[in-house]
Amino acid sequence: MGFSDADLQAIWLTTRIASITTILLLLIGTPIALWLARTTSRWKGPIGALVALPLVLPPTVIGFYLLMAMGPNGPIGQLTTALGLGTLPFTFWGLVIASVIYSLPFVVQPIQNAVEALGNRPMEMAATLRAGPWDCFFSVILPLARPGFITAAILGFAHTVGEFGVVLMVGGNIPGVTRVISVQIYDHVEAMEYTQAHWLSGAMVIFSFLVLTAVYSFNRRSKYRGGRHGV
Amino acid sequence: MGFNAKIAVQYPDFSLDVDLNLPTSGVTAIFGPSGSGKTSLIRAIAGLERPEYARITFGKQVWQEHDIFMPPHKRPIGYVFQESSLFDHMTVQQNLNYGLKRTHSPLSQHEQDHIIDLLGLSPLLHRQPEQLSGGERQRVAIARALLPGPALLLMDEPMAALDFARRKEILNFLERLKSDLKIPLLYISHNVDEVTRLADHLVIMADGKVTQQGPLQDILSRHNTLNRLSNEPFTLLFGQVTTVRTAHHLTEVDLGDALIRMPCQAVEEGAEIRLHLYAKDVSIALSRPQETSVLNILECHIDVIDEATADGQCLIHLTLRDTRIQARVSAYSCEELNLRPGRQVFAQIKAVSII
Repeated sequence: MGFSDADLQAIWLTTRIASITTILLLLIGTPIALWLARTTSRWKGPIGALVALPLVLPPTVIGFYLLMAMGPNGPIGQLTTALGLGTLPFTFWGLVIASVIYSLPFVVQPIQNAVEALGNRPMEMAATLRAGPWDCFFSVILPLARPGFITAAILGFAHTVGEFGVVLMVGGNIPGVTRVISVQIYDHVEAMEYTQAHWLSGAMVIFSFLVLTAVYSFNRRSKYRGGRHGV
Repeated sequence: MGFNAKIAVQYPDFSLDVDLNLPTSGVTAIFGPSGSGKTSLIRAIAGLERPEYARITFGKQVWQEHDIFMPPHKRPIGYVFQESSLFDHMTVQQNLNYGLKRTHSPLSQHEQDHIIDLLGLSPLLHRQPEQLSGGERQRVAIARALLPGPALLLMDEPMAALDFARRKEILNFLERLKSDLKIPLLYISHNVDEVTRLADHLVIMADGKVTQQGPLQDILSRHNTLNRLSNEPFTLLFGQVTTVRTAHHLTEVDLGDALIRMPCQAVEEGAEIRLHLYAKDVSIALSRPQETSVLNILECHIDVIDEATADGQCLIHLTLRDTRIQARVSAYSCEELNLRPGRQVFAQIKAVSII
Protein backbone atom coordinates (compact mmCIF):
# COMPACT_ATOMS: atom_id res chain seq x y z
CA MET A 1 0.00 0.00 0.00
CA GLY A 2 1.36 3.38 -1.04
CA PHE A 3 -0.24 5.55 1.68
CA SER A 4 1.15 5.78 5.20
CA ASP A 5 -1.13 6.33 8.20
CA ALA A 6 -0.09 9.96 8.20
CA ASP A 7 -1.06 10.21 4.51
CA LEU A 8 -4.47 8.66 5.18
CA GLN A 9 -4.96 11.03 8.09
CA ALA A 10 -4.19 13.96 5.78
CA ILE A 11 -6.61 12.65 3.13
CA TRP A 12 -9.40 12.25 5.68
CA LEU A 13 -8.75 15.71 7.14
CA THR A 14 -8.74 17.27 3.69
CA THR A 15 -12.02 15.57 2.80
CA ARG A 16 -13.66 16.81 6.01
CA ILE A 17 -12.47 20.39 5.57
CA ALA A 18 -13.47 20.45 1.90
CA SER A 19 -16.94 19.01 2.60
CA ILE A 20 -17.74 21.43 5.40
CA THR A 21 -16.33 24.32 3.38
CA THR A 22 -18.45 23.37 0.35
CA ILE A 23 -21.66 23.29 2.41
CA LEU A 24 -20.85 26.66 3.99
CA LEU A 25 -19.93 28.07 0.57
CA LEU A 26 -23.26 27.06 -0.97
CA LEU A 27 -25.12 28.65 1.96
CA ILE A 28 -23.09 31.87 1.84
CA GLY A 29 -22.34 32.01 -1.88
CA THR A 30 -25.90 31.50 -3.13
CA PRO A 31 -27.40 34.72 -1.71
CA ILE A 32 -24.32 36.67 -2.82
CA ALA A 33 -24.59 35.19 -6.31
CA LEU A 34 -28.35 35.90 -6.53
CA TRP A 35 -27.82 39.47 -5.40
CA LEU A 36 -24.97 40.01 -7.88
CA ALA A 37 -27.03 38.46 -10.69
CA ARG A 38 -30.09 40.63 -10.16
CA THR A 39 -29.00 43.91 -8.59
CA THR A 40 -28.70 47.18 -10.40
CA SER A 41 -26.99 48.76 -7.38
CA ARG A 42 -23.80 50.71 -7.87
CA TRP A 43 -22.21 48.36 -5.31
CA LYS A 44 -22.43 45.48 -7.76
CA GLY A 45 -18.98 46.24 -9.20
CA PRO A 46 -17.07 46.63 -5.92
CA ILE A 47 -18.77 43.62 -4.26
CA GLY A 48 -18.19 41.48 -7.35
CA ALA A 49 -14.53 42.51 -7.35
CA LEU A 50 -14.19 41.73 -3.64
CA VAL A 51 -15.60 38.24 -4.17
CA ALA A 52 -13.26 37.67 -7.12
CA LEU A 53 -10.09 38.92 -5.30
CA PRO A 54 -8.94 35.40 -4.29
CA LEU A 55 -8.72 34.56 -8.00
CA VAL A 56 -5.86 37.00 -8.52
CA LEU A 57 -4.18 37.54 -5.14
CA PRO A 58 -1.29 35.27 -4.10
CA PRO A 59 -2.65 32.83 -1.47
CA THR A 60 0.01 34.05 0.91
CA VAL A 61 -1.47 37.55 0.84
CA ILE A 62 -4.93 36.26 1.72
CA GLY A 63 -3.41 33.99 4.34
CA PHE A 64 -1.43 36.85 5.83
CA TYR A 65 -4.44 39.14 6.26
CA LEU A 66 -6.61 36.33 7.59
CA LEU A 67 -3.87 35.50 10.10
CA MET A 68 -3.79 39.12 11.21
CA ALA A 69 -7.59 39.36 11.44
CA MET A 70 -8.00 36.10 13.31
CA GLY A 71 -5.02 36.64 15.62
CA PRO A 72 -5.47 37.87 19.22
CA ASN A 73 -5.24 41.52 18.14
CA GLY A 74 -7.34 41.25 14.99
CA PRO A 75 -11.08 42.05 14.89
CA ILE A 76 -12.14 38.44 14.33
CA GLY A 77 -9.68 37.25 16.98
CA GLN A 78 -11.04 39.72 19.54
CA LEU A 79 -14.59 38.63 18.74
CA THR A 80 -13.84 34.92 19.06
CA THR A 81 -11.88 35.51 22.26
CA ALA A 82 -14.74 37.53 23.71
CA LEU A 83 -17.10 34.69 22.84
CA GLY A 84 -14.81 32.31 24.73
CA LEU A 85 -13.77 30.45 21.57
CA GLY A 86 -10.09 31.34 21.72
CA THR A 87 -8.30 32.36 18.54
CA LEU A 88 -8.76 30.62 15.20
CA PRO A 89 -5.30 30.44 13.58
CA PHE A 90 -3.81 26.94 13.55
CA THR A 91 -7.19 25.32 14.25
CA PHE A 92 -9.54 23.23 12.14
CA TRP A 93 -12.25 25.92 12.04
CA GLY A 94 -9.73 28.62 11.31
CA LEU A 95 -8.77 26.65 8.24
CA VAL A 96 -12.42 26.16 7.26
CA ILE A 97 -13.09 29.91 7.44
CA ALA A 98 -9.96 30.66 5.41
CA SER A 99 -11.03 28.06 2.83
CA VAL A 100 -14.48 29.61 2.53
CA ILE A 101 -12.99 32.99 1.69
CA TYR A 102 -10.34 31.51 -0.59
CA SER A 103 -12.82 29.40 -2.60
CA LEU A 104 -15.72 31.89 -2.61
CA PRO A 105 -15.38 33.03 -6.26
CA PHE A 106 -15.38 29.43 -7.49
CA VAL A 107 -18.85 29.00 -6.01
CA VAL A 108 -20.34 32.48 -6.54
CA GLN A 109 -19.42 32.87 -10.20
CA PRO A 110 -20.99 29.69 -11.66
CA ILE A 111 -24.22 30.34 -9.73
CA GLN A 112 -24.23 34.01 -10.71
CA ASN A 113 -23.67 33.15 -14.39
CA ALA A 114 -26.40 30.51 -14.37
CA VAL A 115 -28.92 32.85 -12.73
CA GLU A 116 -28.00 35.73 -15.04
CA ALA A 117 -28.53 33.44 -18.04
CA LEU A 118 -32.07 32.74 -16.83
CA GLY A 119 -32.97 36.41 -17.00
CA ASN A 120 -35.75 37.92 -14.89
CA ARG A 121 -38.63 36.36 -16.79
CA PRO A 122 -38.91 33.02 -14.92
CA MET A 123 -38.98 34.90 -11.61
CA GLU A 124 -41.57 37.35 -12.92
CA MET A 125 -43.73 34.51 -14.19
CA ALA A 126 -43.53 32.82 -10.79
CA ALA A 127 -44.46 36.07 -9.03
CA THR A 128 -47.55 36.64 -11.20
CA LEU A 129 -48.57 33.05 -10.39
CA ARG A 130 -48.53 33.79 -6.63
CA ALA A 131 -45.09 32.42 -5.76
CA GLY A 132 -43.25 34.39 -3.06
CA PRO A 133 -39.45 34.84 -3.15
CA TRP A 134 -38.50 31.63 -1.26
CA ASP A 135 -41.06 29.59 -3.15
CA CYS A 136 -39.70 31.04 -6.38
CA PHE A 137 -36.12 30.12 -5.43
CA PHE A 138 -36.91 26.47 -4.73
CA SER A 139 -39.49 25.89 -7.47
CA VAL A 140 -37.93 27.90 -10.30
CA ILE A 141 -34.38 29.21 -9.77
CA LEU A 142 -32.86 26.09 -8.22
CA PRO A 143 -34.19 23.62 -10.82
CA LEU A 144 -33.49 25.90 -13.78
CA ALA A 145 -30.00 26.89 -12.62
CA ARG A 146 -29.16 23.43 -11.27
CA PRO A 147 -26.13 22.89 -13.54
CA GLY A 148 -24.66 26.12 -12.17
CA PHE A 149 -25.16 24.99 -8.57
CA ILE A 150 -23.60 21.58 -9.26
CA THR A 151 -20.62 23.15 -11.01
CA ALA A 152 -20.24 25.54 -8.08
CA ALA A 153 -20.25 22.72 -5.51
CA ILE A 154 -17.74 20.61 -7.44
CA LEU A 155 -15.36 23.50 -8.06
CA GLY A 156 -15.64 24.75 -4.48
CA PHE A 157 -14.79 21.30 -3.16
CA ALA A 158 -11.95 20.67 -5.59
CA HIS A 159 -10.40 24.07 -5.11
CA THR A 160 -10.44 23.70 -1.34
CA VAL A 161 -8.73 20.32 -1.65
CA GLY A 162 -6.01 21.91 -3.75
CA GLU A 163 -5.14 24.91 -1.56
CA PHE A 164 -1.67 25.23 -0.06
CA GLY A 165 -0.49 28.77 0.53
CA VAL A 166 -3.42 29.86 2.67
CA VAL A 167 -3.17 26.65 4.69
CA LEU A 168 0.47 27.22 5.46
CA MET A 169 -0.19 30.77 6.61
CA VAL A 170 -3.35 30.20 8.62
CA GLY A 171 -3.29 26.52 9.49
CA GLY A 172 0.34 25.69 9.89
CA ASN A 173 1.22 22.02 9.92
CA ILE A 174 -0.48 20.19 12.78
CA PRO A 175 -1.17 16.48 12.10
CA GLY A 176 -4.88 15.68 12.13
CA VAL A 177 -5.83 19.34 12.61
CA THR A 178 -4.39 21.36 9.77
CA ARG A 179 -2.00 19.08 7.91
CA VAL A 180 -3.93 18.60 4.68
CA ILE A 181 -2.77 16.65 1.60
CA SER A 182 -0.93 19.52 -0.05
CA VAL A 183 1.05 20.19 3.13
CA GLN A 184 1.72 16.49 3.56
CA ILE A 185 3.19 16.35 0.04
CA TYR A 186 5.40 19.33 0.88
CA ASP A 187 6.62 17.55 3.98
CA HIS A 188 7.41 14.41 1.99
CA VAL A 189 9.43 16.37 -0.51
CA GLU A 190 11.27 18.25 2.25
CA ALA A 191 12.18 14.87 3.77
CA MET A 192 13.16 13.54 0.30
CA GLU A 193 10.44 10.86 0.54
CA TYR A 194 9.80 11.02 -3.20
CA THR A 195 7.89 7.72 -3.41
CA GLN A 196 5.36 8.94 -0.86
CA ALA A 197 5.16 12.31 -2.58
CA HIS A 198 4.52 10.52 -5.88
CA TRP A 199 1.62 8.54 -4.46
CA LEU A 200 -0.16 11.55 -3.02
CA SER A 201 0.60 13.84 -5.95
CA GLY A 202 -0.51 11.21 -8.45
CA ALA A 203 -3.74 10.76 -6.48
CA MET A 204 -4.31 14.52 -6.59
CA VAL A 205 -3.74 14.68 -10.37
CA ILE A 206 -6.19 11.82 -10.98
CA PHE A 207 -8.75 13.30 -8.57
CA SER A 208 -8.56 16.74 -10.18
CA PHE A 209 -8.77 15.29 -13.67
CA LEU A 210 -11.87 13.27 -12.77
CA VAL A 211 -13.53 16.28 -11.16
CA LEU A 212 -12.92 18.53 -14.14
CA THR A 213 -14.05 15.81 -16.56
CA ALA A 214 -17.24 15.52 -14.54
CA VAL A 215 -17.83 19.29 -14.62
CA TYR A 216 -17.17 19.66 -18.34
CA SER A 217 -19.26 16.68 -19.43
CA PHE A 218 -22.06 17.84 -17.15
CA ASN A 219 -21.95 21.31 -18.66
CA ARG A 220 -22.06 19.91 -22.17
CA ARG A 221 -24.96 17.60 -21.33
CA SER A 222 -27.02 20.31 -19.70
CA LYS A 223 -26.46 22.82 -22.49
CA TYR A 224 -29.36 21.58 -24.59
CA ARG A 225 -31.64 22.11 -21.61
CA GLY A 226 -30.93 25.78 -21.79
CA GLY A 227 -28.68 26.03 -18.74
CA ARG A 228 -25.80 28.16 -19.91
CA HIS A 229 -23.25 28.90 -17.25
CA GLY A 230 -19.55 29.49 -17.01
CA VAL A 231 -16.83 27.90 -14.95
CA MET B 1 -63.81 51.51 -5.55
CA GLY B 2 -63.18 50.76 -9.19
CA PHE B 3 -59.83 50.31 -10.79
CA ASN B 4 -57.53 53.31 -10.73
CA ALA B 5 -53.93 53.73 -11.71
CA LYS B 6 -52.11 57.00 -11.25
CA ILE B 7 -48.46 56.62 -12.08
CA ALA B 8 -45.64 59.08 -12.51
CA VAL B 9 -42.15 57.84 -13.14
CA GLN B 10 -39.06 59.36 -14.67
CA TYR B 11 -36.72 57.12 -16.66
CA PRO B 12 -33.41 58.35 -18.06
CA ASP B 13 -34.81 58.58 -21.59
CA PHE B 14 -38.53 59.09 -21.07
CA SER B 15 -41.21 59.68 -18.48
CA LEU B 16 -44.52 58.02 -17.81
CA ASP B 17 -47.32 60.14 -16.41
CA VAL B 18 -50.82 58.68 -16.46
CA ASP B 19 -54.00 58.89 -14.41
CA LEU B 20 -56.41 56.18 -15.46
CA ASN B 21 -59.83 55.23 -14.27
CA LEU B 22 -60.26 51.83 -15.85
CA PRO B 23 -63.43 49.82 -16.40
CA THR B 24 -63.91 46.82 -14.13
CA SER B 25 -65.34 44.65 -16.87
CA GLY B 26 -64.76 43.96 -20.53
CA VAL B 27 -61.63 44.33 -22.59
CA THR B 28 -59.63 47.53 -22.28
CA ALA B 29 -56.99 47.90 -24.94
CA ILE B 30 -53.99 50.08 -24.26
CA PHE B 31 -52.92 51.17 -27.66
CA GLY B 32 -49.90 53.09 -28.81
CA PRO B 33 -46.63 52.88 -30.71
CA SER B 34 -43.54 51.17 -29.26
CA GLY B 35 -41.92 53.27 -26.59
CA SER B 36 -45.15 55.01 -25.59
CA GLY B 37 -45.00 53.54 -22.09
CA LYS B 38 -47.61 50.79 -22.44
CA THR B 39 -45.41 48.05 -21.02
CA SER B 40 -44.13 50.22 -18.14
CA LEU B 41 -47.75 50.95 -17.25
CA ILE B 42 -48.90 47.34 -17.22
CA ARG B 43 -45.77 46.20 -15.34
CA ALA B 44 -46.43 48.80 -12.66
CA ILE B 45 -50.03 47.59 -12.36
CA ALA B 46 -48.76 44.02 -11.95
CA GLY B 47 -46.16 45.11 -9.39
CA LEU B 48 -43.26 43.88 -11.52
CA GLU B 49 -41.89 47.39 -11.35
CA ARG B 50 -42.18 49.85 -8.54
CA PRO B 51 -42.54 53.39 -9.88
CA GLU B 52 -41.37 56.29 -7.72
CA TYR B 53 -44.87 57.65 -7.51
CA ALA B 54 -47.96 55.56 -7.98
CA ARG B 55 -51.40 55.14 -6.57
CA ILE B 56 -52.93 51.91 -7.80
CA THR B 57 -56.18 50.65 -6.36
CA PHE B 58 -58.28 47.71 -7.43
CA GLY B 59 -61.70 47.36 -5.85
CA LYS B 60 -61.12 47.71 -2.12
CA GLN B 61 -57.44 46.77 -2.39
CA VAL B 62 -54.64 49.31 -2.41
CA TRP B 63 -51.83 47.86 -4.51
CA GLN B 64 -49.53 50.83 -4.22
CA GLU B 65 -49.68 54.15 -2.42
CA HIS B 66 -46.98 56.04 -0.53
CA ASP B 67 -45.02 53.35 1.32
CA ILE B 68 -47.54 50.63 0.64
CA PHE B 69 -46.39 48.25 -2.04
CA MET B 70 -48.17 44.96 -2.47
CA PRO B 71 -45.67 42.55 -4.08
CA PRO B 72 -46.80 40.96 -7.36
CA HIS B 73 -47.37 37.50 -5.86
CA LYS B 74 -49.99 38.97 -3.53
CA ARG B 75 -51.94 40.73 -6.30
CA PRO B 76 -54.88 38.73 -7.73
CA ILE B 77 -53.70 39.03 -11.30
CA GLY B 78 -53.03 36.85 -14.28
CA TYR B 79 -50.25 38.00 -16.60
CA VAL B 80 -49.46 36.93 -20.15
CA PHE B 81 -46.04 38.09 -21.35
CA GLN B 82 -45.11 39.20 -24.84
CA GLU B 83 -43.03 36.18 -25.78
CA SER B 84 -44.42 32.83 -24.79
CA SER B 85 -42.87 32.38 -21.37
CA LEU B 86 -43.33 28.95 -19.87
CA PHE B 87 -41.30 27.13 -17.24
CA ASP B 88 -39.01 25.03 -19.40
CA HIS B 89 -38.35 22.48 -16.66
CA MET B 90 -42.01 21.56 -16.37
CA THR B 91 -44.54 19.85 -18.62
CA VAL B 92 -47.57 21.78 -19.88
CA GLN B 93 -49.68 20.20 -17.11
CA GLN B 94 -47.13 21.23 -14.46
CA ASN B 95 -47.05 24.74 -15.87
CA LEU B 96 -50.83 24.94 -15.57
CA ASN B 97 -50.72 23.54 -12.03
CA TYR B 98 -48.07 26.02 -10.85
CA GLY B 99 -50.48 28.89 -10.25
CA LEU B 100 -53.35 26.58 -9.29
CA LYS B 101 -51.38 25.15 -6.37
CA ARG B 102 -50.71 28.62 -5.02
CA THR B 103 -54.10 30.31 -5.30
CA HIS B 104 -56.98 30.54 -2.85
CA SER B 105 -59.57 31.21 -5.51
CA PRO B 106 -59.13 28.76 -8.40
CA LEU B 107 -61.75 28.47 -11.11
CA SER B 108 -64.17 25.59 -10.61
CA GLN B 109 -63.16 22.28 -12.19
CA HIS B 110 -65.86 22.83 -14.78
CA GLU B 111 -64.50 26.27 -15.73
CA GLN B 112 -60.95 24.91 -15.84
CA ASP B 113 -61.97 22.12 -18.19
CA HIS B 114 -63.80 24.62 -20.34
CA ILE B 115 -60.74 26.84 -20.75
CA ILE B 116 -58.43 23.90 -21.46
CA ASP B 117 -60.96 22.72 -24.01
CA LEU B 118 -61.44 26.16 -25.55
CA LEU B 119 -57.71 26.67 -25.95
CA GLY B 120 -57.30 23.13 -27.30
CA LEU B 121 -54.72 22.12 -24.71
CA SER B 122 -55.86 18.56 -23.91
CA PRO B 123 -53.50 16.88 -26.41
CA LEU B 124 -50.55 18.97 -25.19
CA LEU B 125 -50.71 18.41 -21.44
CA HIS B 126 -47.84 15.92 -21.25
CA ARG B 127 -45.52 17.75 -23.63
CA GLN B 128 -42.48 19.79 -22.68
CA PRO B 129 -42.57 23.49 -23.64
CA GLU B 130 -39.68 23.00 -26.09
CA GLN B 131 -41.90 20.64 -28.11
CA LEU B 132 -44.58 23.30 -28.63
CA SER B 133 -45.03 25.85 -31.40
CA GLY B 134 -45.10 29.55 -30.55
CA GLY B 135 -48.88 29.68 -30.79
CA GLU B 136 -49.30 26.60 -28.59
CA ARG B 137 -46.96 28.03 -25.99
CA GLN B 138 -48.95 31.26 -25.86
CA ARG B 139 -52.22 29.32 -25.47
CA VAL B 140 -50.71 27.47 -22.51
CA ALA B 141 -49.55 30.78 -21.03
CA ILE B 142 -53.07 32.22 -21.35
CA ALA B 143 -54.64 29.19 -19.67
CA ARG B 144 -52.00 29.22 -16.95
CA ALA B 145 -52.84 32.86 -16.16
CA LEU B 146 -56.59 32.17 -16.05
CA LEU B 147 -56.87 28.92 -14.06
CA PRO B 148 -55.89 30.41 -10.68
CA GLY B 149 -58.97 32.63 -10.93
CA PRO B 150 -57.41 36.11 -11.08
CA ALA B 151 -59.53 39.21 -10.55
CA LEU B 152 -57.72 41.02 -13.36
CA LEU B 153 -56.08 39.64 -16.48
CA LEU B 154 -53.13 41.53 -17.98
CA MET B 155 -51.76 40.82 -21.44
CA ASP B 156 -48.65 42.52 -22.78
CA GLU B 157 -48.80 42.21 -26.57
CA PRO B 158 -49.34 38.46 -26.35
CA MET B 159 -49.11 38.08 -30.12
CA ALA B 160 -46.12 40.29 -30.87
CA ALA B 161 -43.74 37.35 -31.25
CA LEU B 162 -46.07 35.28 -33.47
CA ASP B 163 -46.30 35.04 -37.24
CA PHE B 164 -49.45 36.06 -39.08
CA ALA B 165 -51.13 32.63 -39.06
CA ARG B 166 -50.48 32.04 -35.35
CA ARG B 167 -51.67 35.55 -34.58
CA LYS B 168 -54.97 34.83 -36.27
CA GLU B 169 -55.30 31.56 -34.39
CA ILE B 170 -54.71 33.20 -30.98
CA LEU B 171 -56.99 36.09 -31.88
CA ASN B 172 -59.79 33.61 -32.57
CA PHE B 173 -59.21 31.97 -29.20
CA LEU B 174 -59.21 35.33 -27.43
CA GLU B 175 -62.42 36.33 -29.12
CA ARG B 176 -64.16 33.19 -27.90
CA LEU B 177 -62.61 33.61 -24.49
CA LYS B 178 -63.83 37.19 -24.29
CA SER B 179 -67.49 36.25 -24.23
CA ASP B 180 -66.89 33.91 -21.26
CA LEU B 181 -64.61 36.24 -19.36
CA LYS B 182 -66.09 37.57 -16.14
CA ILE B 183 -63.06 39.65 -15.18
CA PRO B 184 -61.58 42.79 -16.74
CA LEU B 185 -58.84 42.26 -19.30
CA LEU B 186 -56.18 44.88 -19.85
CA TYR B 187 -54.71 44.26 -23.25
CA ILE B 188 -51.64 46.00 -24.63
CA SER B 189 -51.26 46.21 -28.36
CA HIS B 190 -49.98 48.31 -31.20
CA ASN B 191 -52.00 46.34 -33.73
CA VAL B 192 -55.17 48.06 -34.96
CA ASP B 193 -56.71 44.79 -36.04
CA GLU B 194 -56.42 43.21 -32.60
CA VAL B 195 -57.75 46.30 -30.89
CA THR B 196 -60.78 46.71 -33.12
CA ARG B 197 -61.67 43.05 -32.77
CA LEU B 198 -61.25 42.66 -29.04
CA ALA B 199 -61.59 45.95 -27.24
CA ASP B 200 -64.65 47.46 -25.60
CA HIS B 201 -62.71 50.35 -24.17
CA LEU B 202 -59.70 52.06 -25.58
CA VAL B 203 -56.80 53.94 -24.02
CA ILE B 204 -54.47 55.55 -26.52
CA MET B 205 -50.98 56.41 -25.35
CA ALA B 206 -48.13 58.41 -26.82
CA ASP B 207 -44.85 59.48 -25.22
CA GLY B 208 -45.77 58.24 -21.78
CA LYS B 209 -49.11 60.04 -21.70
CA VAL B 210 -52.71 59.12 -22.35
CA THR B 211 -53.98 61.03 -25.37
CA GLN B 212 -57.51 59.61 -25.54
CA GLN B 213 -59.60 57.16 -23.59
CA GLY B 214 -63.19 55.98 -23.68
CA PRO B 215 -65.50 53.39 -25.18
CA LEU B 216 -64.12 52.02 -28.44
CA GLN B 217 -67.03 53.24 -30.55
CA ASP B 218 -66.77 56.80 -29.23
CA ILE B 219 -63.08 57.03 -29.91
CA LEU B 220 -63.34 55.50 -33.36
CA SER B 221 -66.05 57.89 -34.41
CA ARG B 222 -63.66 60.76 -33.87
CA HIS B 223 -61.86 61.55 -37.06
CA ASN B 224 -58.51 60.04 -37.78
CA THR B 225 -57.95 58.46 -34.42
CA LEU B 226 -56.93 55.05 -35.66
CA ASN B 227 -56.15 56.01 -39.21
CA ARG B 228 -53.08 57.86 -38.14
CA LEU B 229 -51.89 54.64 -36.56
CA SER B 230 -52.88 52.30 -39.36
CA ASN B 231 -51.43 52.07 -42.87
CA GLU B 232 -54.75 51.44 -44.54
CA PRO B 233 -57.54 53.83 -43.48
CA PHE B 234 -60.70 52.04 -42.45
CA THR B 235 -63.91 52.45 -40.52
CA LEU B 236 -65.16 50.11 -37.88
CA LEU B 237 -68.92 49.54 -38.02
CA PHE B 238 -71.01 47.99 -35.29
CA GLY B 239 -74.18 46.22 -36.36
CA GLN B 240 -76.67 43.48 -35.78
CA VAL B 241 -77.39 40.64 -38.17
CA THR B 242 -81.03 40.94 -39.21
CA THR B 243 -81.53 38.49 -42.03
CA VAL B 244 -79.65 35.55 -43.37
CA ARG B 245 -81.14 34.91 -46.81
CA THR B 246 -80.11 31.45 -47.77
CA ALA B 247 -81.84 31.64 -51.16
CA HIS B 248 -79.57 34.49 -52.33
CA HIS B 249 -76.74 33.61 -49.99
CA LEU B 250 -76.84 37.05 -48.47
CA THR B 251 -76.48 38.32 -44.96
CA GLU B 252 -78.02 41.62 -43.93
CA VAL B 253 -76.57 43.71 -41.18
CA ASP B 254 -78.40 46.61 -39.58
CA LEU B 255 -76.08 49.47 -38.69
CA GLY B 256 -78.85 51.51 -37.09
CA ASP B 257 -79.09 54.07 -39.88
CA ALA B 258 -78.22 51.86 -42.83
CA LEU B 259 -78.48 48.32 -44.00
CA ILE B 260 -75.45 46.48 -45.32
CA ARG B 261 -75.85 43.41 -47.47
CA MET B 262 -72.97 41.04 -47.84
CA PRO B 263 -72.25 37.55 -49.13
CA CYS B 264 -73.48 34.87 -46.76
CA GLN B 265 -71.46 34.76 -43.53
CA ALA B 266 -71.20 32.19 -40.82
CA VAL B 267 -73.17 34.28 -38.35
CA GLU B 268 -76.53 33.81 -36.68
CA GLU B 269 -79.47 36.13 -36.91
CA GLY B 270 -79.49 38.66 -34.09
CA ALA B 271 -75.74 38.45 -33.51
CA GLU B 272 -73.88 41.67 -32.67
CA ILE B 273 -70.94 41.97 -35.02
CA ARG B 274 -68.17 44.35 -36.04
CA LEU B 275 -67.40 45.16 -39.65
CA HIS B 276 -64.24 46.45 -41.23
CA LEU B 277 -64.79 48.89 -44.06
CA TYR B 278 -61.64 49.99 -45.81
CA ALA B 279 -61.66 53.45 -47.38
CA LYS B 280 -60.14 52.00 -50.54
CA ASP B 281 -63.28 49.86 -50.97
CA VAL B 282 -65.59 52.87 -51.01
CA SER B 283 -66.13 54.95 -54.14
CA ILE B 284 -68.31 58.00 -54.68
CA ALA B 285 -71.03 58.87 -57.21
CA LEU B 286 -73.00 62.10 -57.48
CA SER B 287 -76.28 60.40 -58.33
CA ARG B 288 -77.62 57.04 -57.30
CA PRO B 289 -75.96 54.54 -59.62
CA GLN B 290 -78.42 52.46 -61.61
CA GLU B 291 -77.90 49.01 -62.99
CA THR B 292 -74.83 48.28 -60.95
CA SER B 293 -73.65 45.05 -59.34
CA VAL B 294 -72.59 46.88 -56.20
CA LEU B 295 -74.84 45.70 -53.37
CA ASN B 296 -74.48 48.57 -50.99
CA ILE B 297 -75.08 52.14 -52.00
CA LEU B 298 -75.52 54.57 -49.17
CA GLU B 299 -76.70 58.13 -49.44
CA CYS B 300 -74.57 60.39 -47.31
CA HIS B 301 -72.96 63.81 -47.22
CA ILE B 302 -69.35 64.87 -47.29
CA ASP B 303 -67.99 65.97 -43.98
CA VAL B 304 -64.33 66.71 -44.51
CA ILE B 305 -61.88 66.11 -47.32
CA ASP B 306 -58.27 65.53 -46.30
CA GLU B 307 -55.35 66.95 -48.28
CA ALA B 308 -54.24 64.73 -51.12
CA THR B 309 -51.39 62.41 -50.22
CA ALA B 310 -48.23 62.07 -52.29
CA ASP B 311 -49.76 59.32 -54.42
CA GLY B 312 -52.59 61.63 -55.50
CA GLN B 313 -55.28 60.13 -53.26
CA CYS B 314 -57.78 61.98 -51.11
CA LEU B 315 -59.44 60.60 -48.00
CA ILE B 316 -63.07 61.74 -47.80
CA HIS B 317 -64.98 61.55 -44.54
CA LEU B 318 -68.67 60.85 -45.05
CA THR B 319 -71.59 60.95 -42.68
CA LEU B 320 -74.82 58.97 -42.92
CA ARG B 321 -76.96 59.91 -39.99
CA ASP B 322 -74.87 58.74 -37.06
CA THR B 323 -72.44 56.50 -38.83
CA ARG B 324 -69.25 57.86 -40.28
CA ILE B 325 -67.36 56.16 -43.06
CA GLN B 326 -64.42 57.04 -45.24
CA ALA B 327 -63.78 56.83 -48.96
CA ARG B 328 -60.51 57.06 -50.79
CA VAL B 329 -60.65 58.52 -54.25
CA SER B 330 -58.07 60.10 -56.51
CA ALA B 331 -57.49 63.81 -56.23
CA TYR B 332 -58.35 63.97 -59.93
CA SER B 333 -61.84 62.50 -59.39
CA CYS B 334 -62.30 64.80 -56.45
CA GLU B 335 -61.67 67.75 -58.72
CA GLU B 336 -63.73 66.42 -61.66
CA LEU B 337 -66.78 65.68 -59.52
CA ASN B 338 -66.35 68.95 -57.66
CA LEU B 339 -66.58 67.22 -54.30
CA ARG B 340 -66.95 69.72 -51.44
CA PRO B 341 -67.81 69.39 -47.77
CA GLY B 342 -71.59 69.41 -47.28
CA ARG B 343 -72.40 67.87 -50.66
CA GLN B 344 -74.87 65.07 -50.91
CA VAL B 345 -73.27 61.98 -52.53
CA PHE B 346 -73.68 58.23 -52.86
CA ALA B 347 -71.07 55.91 -51.42
CA GLN B 348 -70.67 52.62 -53.23
CA ILE B 349 -69.30 49.94 -50.97
CA LYS B 350 -67.44 47.31 -52.94
CA ALA B 351 -66.41 45.10 -50.05
CA VAL B 352 -66.88 44.84 -46.33
CA SER B 353 -65.67 42.14 -43.98
CA ILE B 354 -66.75 40.79 -40.65
CA ILE B 355 -63.95 40.81 -38.11
